[in-house]
Amino acid sequence: MKRPFKTRVKTLTIDGMAVGAREDETILELAQANGIFIPTLCHLEGVHDIGACRLCLVEIKGTSKLLPACMTYAEEGMEVITDSERLLTYRRQVLDLLFSERNHVCAVCVSNGHCELQWLAEKLGISHVGVPYLYPQLAVDASHSFYVLDHNRCILCTRCVRVCDEIEGAHTWDVMGRGVECRVISDLNQPWGTADSCTRCGKCVQVCPTGALFSKGKAVAEMTKKREFLPYLQLMREGRK
Amino acid sequence: MSQTITIDPVTRIEGHSKITIQLDDAGRVTSARFHVTQFRGFEKLVEGRPFHEMPSLTARICGICPVSHLIASAKTCDALMAVQIPPTAVDLRQVLNLAQILQSHALSFFHLSSPDLVLGMDANPEQRNLFGVVGQNPELARDGIWLRQFGQEIIALLAGKRIHPAWVVPGGVSAPLTADRRDAIVQRIPDALLRVRRTLDWYKQIFGDFGAEIRTFGNFPSLFMGLVTGKGELEMYDGNLRIVDATGRIVVDQVDPRTYPEWMGEAVEPDSYLKSPYYKPLGYPDGIYRVGPLARLNLIDRVGTPLADEEWAEFRMLERGATLSSFQYHYARLIEMLFCVEKIDQLLNGPEILSDHVRAKADPNRMEGIGVSEAPRGTLLHHYKIDRKGLMVWANMIIATGNNSLAMNKSVYQVARHFVHGDRIDQGMLNRVEAVIRTYDPCLSCSTHAFGQMPMRVQLLAPDGEVLHELKRG
Repeated sequence: MKRPFKTRVKTLTIDGMAVGAREDETILELAQANGIFIPTLCHLEGVHDIGACRLCLVEIKGTSKLLPACMTYAEEGMEVITDSERLLTYRRQVLDLLFSERNHVCAVCVSNGHCELQWLAEKLGISHVGVPYLYPQLAVDASHSFYVLDHNRCILCTRCVRVCDEIEGAHTWDVMGRGVECRVISDLNQPWGTADSCTRCGKCVQVCPTGALFSKGKAVAEMTKKREFLPYLQLMREGRK
Repeated sequence: MSQTITIDPVTRIEGHSKITIQLDDAGRVTSARFHVTQFRGFEKLVEGRPFHEMPSLTARICGICPVSHLIASAKTCDALMAVQIPPTAVDLRQVLNLAQILQSHALSFFHLSSPDLVLGMDANPEQRNLFGVVGQNPELARDGIWLRQFGQEIIALLAGKRIHPAWVVPGGVSAPLTADRRDAIVQRIPDALLRVRRTLDWYKQIFGDFGAEIRTFGNFPSLFMGLVTGKGELEMYDGNLRIVDATGRIVVDQVDPRTYPEWMGEAVEPDSYLKSPYYKPLGYPDGIYRVGPLARLNLIDRVGTPLADEEWAEFRMLERGATLSSFQYHYARLIEMLFCVEKIDQLLNGPEILSDHVRAKADPNRMEGIGVSEAPRGTLLHHYKIDRKGLMVWANMIIATGNNSLAMNKSVYQVARHFVHGDRIDQGMLNRVEAVIRTYDPCLSCSTHAFGQMPMRVQLLAPDGEVLHELKRG
């Protein structure tokens, strides 16, 4: 959500590079605008950020805490580091924990080769998962006539929840439970196919970064997602206002 | 004093296993068993998964024959969808399956078994491997490597990658074949034919040197089972099952594979993770049957391609009726390689092979499906049950190697009885016990490919567990 104040320009450095930023710009937006890569998973262009995945953590001089770039706004004189050994270690740990919590088996996943989690793991050089797998027994919800929800591959980024709420306006999805018990649910925790609020638009499926939400009938490695619609939809809506 | 000899692990096969040989007081073999020591659990772990994932999921059973599982599984899924897939998709799946059989047979014959044939069963184990073959008969080794590569490259050209491609999907295949890829395969066919025929000529010259092995390597009467076309020709993808007996007489013909539960039983042995299927009308264990190259060539009326038919006619002269010695699996494998190359050529020159209508789409329409195809090692059967949402509730798979379980045990016993004597153990004798298993080219999984470097330990044990004699290699 953008802050409602008047835009003023701030000057700061990212990885030693002097940059100018609007006051309502996050470090993540600023980095992306300047061609600096910061890994993200829960961030989705077109819906508001929640800072859940912690992959975009950056170092800021003067504070010992690591801050999520998607939720931190540019300030005058900031010195931001987006890439360091310390950050890489933490980011890898985040991915380690994501992999170990559910049953992510890339080889037999519908999204194999088109998965943001898989792509990031490769990019950050994860060859092994350093913590033991939990192997939870999670059922697949195939009750919907068009789509399937496989909790085994869900990383709880809540992109589906936000796109359904903010763009489609249906708010079919939400989350329940805490910690490892946390699950994405449809309507009142009922099978997706019986959720009256679902308009079957499929936005949630397209924005899901992994193979947790996919079109029915897709074989392994066949699920490619189309995300271009989202910034376009938002642009058109803003234009109408 | 009775003794037990254990060969653990058995080398130059796909997967992990061991052999135990029991000797009596006089040092004679009283029993021999082939144990599969690894457990996979695929039938259980697929439960709850969407059936569309099954082809690729079950392909992960094996890295040598993933294509075979893709084919059998996709056929099962076609049955669940109750669709007839486009004819071009059938042809493309057939080419893929034949390429798979070609590359796997090349691996079995050249890489795994030719060391025994070129260097002899008693050769030093340090030389008795593919590198030894390269030294002794480089042309043979080159042909073997070339043919395996050719099979693998056909798979990669059709399906995108050599191992575990995801191209075969329920309802057909996911992408059509392009003209340049077709041409890339077709132009190498003459070379492939030359190399297979050269190897066949070589094999026909040397197999006479293995008289003792041919007499004792799984040389016993049994049934033989495999798919045949409606005309009784060799069939790897579709068709119905035929069973012949040891004299070559047809026991049953054109049996719909979907009726298998009525006439096929699966026995469980306490000392092996491999189940032992048998032909129910003859009971267990008398319903022993063999599958794979030898079985297929024993039960057909003709092969169906010109060059392979000529070779097959010669093969049939080996014995009156069916050829019973499992040693001749090697021979049968070479003839099948010839058939694969010829058939691939025929299919790729078909008028509709480049059609882009290669996939049928449907929701699940049947709650139960059975799919059968011929894998390199024999008849492969997948059987699934799903719920109305398309999620797997039950699976049974009868793997090609499993069909040969009883026959492999019997063969090990036969070889051990002939070659193993309690007063001495030597490498040649142990190698023969392994080599008979290798004739079946068992694929116990994709996990290990050893070229003789794996350590092998054989112990002679007294009844009280005392180690009387120990032999190590590797």
